[in-house]
Amino acid sequence: MLSPGDLLVIPFDDWVNDFVRGWLVPNFRPAFRAAQVPITLVLNGLDDFFNALPMLLTTGVFALAAWKWAGRSMAIFTLIGFAFIDMIGLWPQTMTTLAMIITSVLFCAVIGIPAGIVAARSDMVWKVLRPVLDIMQTIPSFVYLVPIVMLFGVGMAPGIIATIIFALPPIVRLTNLGIRNVRGDLIEAAQAFGSTGWQMLVDLQIPLAMRTIMAGLNQTLMLALSMVVIAALIGAGGLGLVVNTGLGRLDVGGATAGGVGIVILAIVLDRITQGLGEQNQAETVSLRAVFLNLIRLRGSHRPTGEIRKAG
Amino acid sequence: MPIKLSVRNVFKVFGRKTNAALELLAQGRSKEEILKATGATVGVQDASFDVGEGEIFVVMGLSGSGKSTLVRMLNGLIAPTSGSILIDGDDVASCGRRRLREIRREKIAMVFQHFALFPHWTVAENAAYGLRVKGVQAPERRERALKALDQVGLRAWAESLPSELSGGMQQRVGLARGLATGPEVLLMDEPFGALDPLIRREMQDELLALQKTLRKTIIFITHDLNEALLLGDKIAIMKDGRFVQVGTAQEIVSNPADDYVAAFVADIDRGRVFTAEDVSNDPAAVRLGTDNAEDAMRTMEDLNRNALYVVDDKDNIAGVVTYQDLAAATLDEEAPNPVLEEALITEYPTAAADDQLNALYGAASGGLPIAVTDERDRLVGVVEPEAVFAQLSGDEEEAGEEAPDAATPTETADSPGKERAHA
Ligand SMILES: Nc1ncnc2c1ncn2[C@@H]1O[C@H](COP(=O)(O)OP(=O)(O)O)[C@@H](O)[C@H]1O
Ligand SMILES: [Mg+2]
Repeated sequence: MLSPGDLLVIPFDDWVNDFVRGWLVPNFRPAFRAAQVPITLVLNGLDDFFNALPMLLTTGVFALAAWKWAGRSMAIFTLIGFAFIDMIGLWPQTMTTLAMIITSVLFCAVIGIPAGIVAARSDMVWKVLRPVLDIMQTIPSFVYLVPIVMLFGVGMAPGIIATIIFALPPIVRLTNLGIRNVRGDLIEAAQAFGSTGWQMLVDLQIPLAMRTIMAGLNQTLMLALSMVVIAALIGAGGLGLVVNTGLGRLDVGGATAGGVGIVILAIVLDRITQGLGEQNQAETVSLRAVFLNLIRLRGSHRPTGEIRKAG
Repeated sequence: MPIKLSVRNVFKVFGRKTNAALELLAQGRSKEEILKATGATVGVQDASFDVGEGEIFVVMGLSGSGKSTLVRMLNGLIAPTSGSILIDGDDVASCGRRRLREIRREKIAMVFQHFALFPHWTVAENAAYGLRVKGVQAPERRERALKALDQVGLRAWAESLPSELSGGMQQRVGLARGLATGPEVLLMDEPFGALDPLIRREMQDELLALQKTLRKTIIFITHDLNEALLLGDKIAIMKDGRFVQVGTAQEIVSNPADDYVAAFVADIDRGRVFTAEDVSNDPAAVRLGTDNAEDAMRTMEDLNRNALYVVDDKDNIAGVVTYQDLAAATLDEEAPNPVLEEALITEYPTAAADDQLNALYGAASGGLPIAVTDERDRLVGVVEPEAVFAQLSGDEEEAGEEAPDAATPTETADSPGKERAHA
């Protein structure tokens, strides 16, 4: 049978190779290398921090946060789950993974929330951004692992970068959605009283979109967690590495242990952030209140300090 | 009255082919024809009007007639396609964004149909919004917001969230937010349209009461002609983006410009439009001591009335005498020429000049003419019961007959009052 492939062969893979190897890598490698500096900085800081914290203190803080935002049974789950992780000997890897997740989500928020805001305020920007996000979400992450390795090398930071690319779309989408969904007559009222664009954003749009933004943050967090194993393929450590090593050695036990660790961490983080978002909904909370909540969370270190003494 | 707001030849066409649409408009084509030909929607066409300081200018029209578009052009939320909008000489249509923002902050506030309160802020914070935007510091902001809430009777609710209030109360917060910055012009786009009829009535009365002290220049949008007639010092009736008639309530009701307006006027509540003043006549009062029964009866025959008011030498109303009673008294053989006191009725109905006819209905049913008094209780006119009923039933002929009569008393009723004051 005749098929189009008999008439014309397009060397598409060669084109991409030429583009990436011949142009992108030689010209921009230093720039990409420099771009990962802030990521490495934050990641190392967090990794050191979490691994330096005593296990009981960390567990206590998480249990309290779970209690506050997700209820008592979630707090108990956190205590038991974290204890289990520690007992199967994966505590340090879990803390590394936690640092990676937080770093990824932090950069996703720093990039994604402003991008979502800009997209919400300009139909033009949204028209351009939307297909980009679609592509980011539909390309299998394995596809961009190779160019990332070529541009950034292997290691933790490239793993984070892959995670950021994968986890970024929801926060952008939902920030955009939340801000666009602010009632038109409220926007009109703000304008009628002579507010500037910035005042409108701070007084009205961000607070009213907060719930949706938090939902986006939760989704981003979950996506970041699901990238842990894949990121480990290009040299990121943590629980992903445990799973990969297990796979490589056909060590079912090791791979399962790593997987269980990821699941426990995912459940705890999911419930806590969901609870945070729902609380916003219940109280239609302002930005200020969210910050106050964060401070209150930090304030709850003190009782856990006593737990540490007791332990 | 100095002019606060002056609108000249303002057009608004929504869509792309605005020039083509304007051209077709100039050729006298209708809104539908233009939509079909160009795809552009005519929002407002050729609106021109002036609003004096402290005046309530009401724009009334059916849904889609362009009211919201018009009022939004006044504070630049919608830019007009052509024309000028002068507020104290500043052209909102062409002044640039900075100046426009200043005008919005300093001069012109807006109240919205669906309140448009910020759900994440308390009532006090909502009321303070305009001040916050202007950069007023928190303590002063709060103080002024509470003062504004006081004016609308909601100070006790300052710490509540808007969602905890009823619709009427929410709109009071909307009004307080508008008043807090001390603007000179207030734009109100169907502010009571989303409220229950009873609450709406209450809010209308309250707005009028507030306006007595505040004297803001108000542009008030409504689709309810009764509301328009009640509130408006001047009323514009809008149809398909055009003003079909501009005038006072009385002008519009007694002289509708076309069938469209006439159809509206047909089922309005006339008792709320017209006041005692509109149907009152020269008091032609007789005086105790000076005039006797025969004088009074002769005056009644001349004026074709059944009763007259009697004032004493200090100009206070002593009572009212009826032709019937006086005639009976004269027939009395023992005192052939009785003094007025003998037939004096000392319980009589009174009204203020700006009382609505609705309020006079009961008094008019008593049969006696109603004494129209000024704030010092002096008699300035009388309202015959028939005049009230004629005006309420919209019986133009009878009301028309009364009209020339009613025009004279304003002059004659004044002069005797002044004379007496000098005497
Ligand atoms: N943003 C807009 N784009 C297109 N057409 C509009 C827009 N706003 C209003 N219109 C049209 O302009 C006309 C007047 O609308 P509007 O001023 O809202 O009327 P009203 O307030 O009297 O109900 C209507 O035909 C409406 O469809
Ligand atoms: Mg409208």
